[in-house]
Amino acid sequence: MALDQSFVGRSYPPTDPYEVGREKIREFAEAVRDANPAYVDPEAAKALGHSDVIAPPTFVFAITFKAAGQVIEDPQLGLDYSRVVHGDQKFAYTRPVRAGDRLTVTSTIEAIKSLAGNDILDIRGEVHDEAGEHVVTAWTKLVSRAAEGA
Amino acid sequence: MTTTIQYADVEIGTELPAQTFPVTRATLVQYAGASGDFNPIHWNEKFAVEVGLPDVIAHGMFTMAEAIRVVTDWVGDPAAVVEYGVRFTKPVIVPNDDKGAEIEVSGKVAAKLDDGRVRVDLTAMSAGQKVLGMSRAVVQLAQ
Repeated sequence: MALDQSFVGRSYPPTDPYEVGREKIREFAEAVRDANPAYVDPEAAKALGHSDVIAPPTFVFAITFKAAGQVIEDPQLGLDYSRVVHGDQKFAYTRPVRAGDRLTVTSTIEAIKSLAGNDILDIRGEVHDEAGEHVVTAWTKLVSRAAEGA
Repeated sequence: MTTTIQYADVEIGTELPAQTFPVTRATLVQYAGASGDFNPIHWNEKFAVEVGLPDVIAHGMFTMAEAIRVVTDWVGDPAAVVEYGVRFTKPVIVPNDDKGAEIEVSGKVAAKLDDGRVRVDLTAMSAGQKVLGMSRAVVQLAQ
């Protein structure tokens, strides 16, 4: 069933802060086999002008996608998550995420479309630091595939 | 932001050094833990087949993380990436053998923008299939 268009523009309350830890960044960098010293060595990060180690560009997705759970699991919206695939992903950075950040995410439904029986949901996650400054915006497009025989 | 690549030194068509990234089942388990994405399609073959996939597939976000390394290894400072977007067009299929799969990534400068920025277009292939579409990064270079 097509999703309710009246949800377009709806924003959800900001999440509780996520505190970015050096070791979590290291764990992520190791998992993607990325040896860039800016992710693990505070001195190397400082040499590049950063106050502490920074996170790889896609690290923040774990935080924004968890926040998008408010939308995905909103019973009023009624998205069938078992049929959802990740269509597109985009980030726009004001600055890199770094260790010590306390980040909150505000999720907004940017668009709802229906195409060939598929529901397409665009969620924007605005990520701010403790001072309220913008860090990064993440756009996530989710496609809920039409049920067979529907 | 500190990058070694000068805006004046690149042209439309400048190629970034291409890289090949291996991915095995062990890689996916490690990525699942680090990213918090425990969807069983990324580690459980029985489940993957039941939902209509040919085999276990890599996390799209893993492929996205690997592809941008062609840019971050080129510029040195990952903070030079000011925008990055992809479309997940085909899955990276990861068989349960010693070899796994490979993701081959190349990139080239597609446009010179204002303020020392360039747009880099990335191509990511696995098993002869294009696994990312519209894969683009806006990168701040030194001026």
